[in-house]
Amino acid sequence: MSMHVTVRKDLGTDDRRFALDISFVSESRRIALFGPSGAGKSLTLRAIAGLLRPDSGRIVLNGRTLFDSEAGIDVRPQERRVAYLFQDYALFPHLTVAQNIAFGLARGWRNPGRKASHPEAQRWIDAFGLGAITGNYPGEISGGQKQRTALARALVAQPDIVLLDEPFSALDPALRVRMRNELRALQASLDVPMLVISHDPEDVEALGDHVLEVRDGRIHGGGPVKGHPQIYAPVPAHE
Amino acid sequence: MPMNSLQAVWVPLALSLKVAGWATLINAVLGVAVAYALSRWRSGARDLVDAILTLPLVLPPTVMGYYLLVLVGRRGVLGAWLGQLGIELVFTWQGAVLASTIVAFPLVLKSARAAFEGVNSQYEDAARVLGTPEAGIFFRITLPLAARGIIAGVLLAFARALGEFGATLMVAGNLPGRTQTLSVAIYEAVQAGDDNTANLLVLVTSVTCVVLLVAAGRLVPAARKTLG
Repeated sequence: MSMHVTVRKDLGTDDRRFALDISFVSESRRIALFGPSGAGKSLTLRAIAGLLRPDSGRIVLNGRTLFDSEAGIDVRPQERRVAYLFQDYALFPHLTVAQNIAFGLARGWRNPGRKASHPEAQRWIDAFGLGAITGNYPGEISGGQKQRTALARALVAQPDIVLLDEPFSALDPALRVRMRNELRALQASLDVPMLVISHDPEDVEALGDHVLEVRDGRIHGGGPVKGHPQIYAPVPAHE
Repeated sequence: MPMNSLQAVWVPLALSLKVAGWATLINAVLGVAVAYALSRWRSGARDLVDAILTLPLVLPPTVMGYYLLVLVGRRGVLGAWLGQLGIELVFTWQGAVLASTIVAFPLVLKSARAAFEGVNSQYEDAARVLGTPEAGIFFRITLPLAARGIIAGVLLAFARALGEFGATLMVAGNLPGRTQTLSVAIYEAVQAGDDNTANLLVLVTSVTCVVLLVAAGRLVPAARKTLG
């Protein structure tokens, strides 16, 4: 796994200006972007997924150029093979758990049927122990089940990388510890590289080998998680 | 009930349902399409376009009727051209459809635009990342999530089209059996002093509109539940 990201974007509103200027290279299969909220972590993730168009820069994943402002390359999000786990999971509220998981398998203008069964979706339903709730709607299931459903939906598409945006912030503390261990076990058993962003040092320690610190829209430093004590430093007062 | 009195209710009722049905069908497609375009369009002109398209809601229907006559009348800007194609709108039921469509259009536009803007764009992003083409996202995510708000607007538009009077009278006139809709028939019955027919027509119109409003009212709170 190799990842090369250089992203510049000016986000100007009348009362607040924010300059995103992120640049990093990583060979790790477990990357973590660490930093306070508002530092530009989510924007970086959106740029990698193709949901935010940078002003300039280059994004290369495993030798495949996803974005290059100089060469005029901008692969559509649909074709990037990048999975995105949203902070509050963004499960489709009008579709059942099974339909959500099979969503990426259905082409065309129609959603997967309520009764239809896809072997690829079934594999992840079994792997995450979601068999009992396949007919339920997202509004009817617990936070942990939502996260498993969202992960299953992302993994069904066989992505080259999974981007996780503050994966545990929507969960209560006890569940957070459990889901963190679950995700770490998943990382160990799966072949899929992951890039997680979080403001929680415990997430970073559990899920990242290569940790990059983001502040004010820039990478401030990085390294293997144990040799990078400054990530636990308090955030400067002006933030 | 004497046969001619049944006839007096059924003929304008059937015509009203036909006219309102076509007007609603056209608005359901056109109104939803324009509402979606407006909800995605990032431009300062958006509010101006929205205001112009909402005009039929605030202008007197007779003014809308006059505009339509100027536009599609025999000597109108479009009317002369339509006439060459053999399309006659003035004093026809198709003219009544046109009048009803335009008067009811803002009701679909407003409801559908609010419904589209209420759909969390994160769902669309999630579908995008999962490989769904843009047209698929519209039909599989955006439209179903906005559906209840749209249906409520379409029902209101149907009720409005059913009750249309002013613009219809000006464009389509008052030809019994051909362009005389329920509301026009009521006007004529009252003018002629035929209270029995007027009472019956008023009752039928009122009941139909109450049923539609109750149906729309049930869909609107449910829409908030889905979107919230």
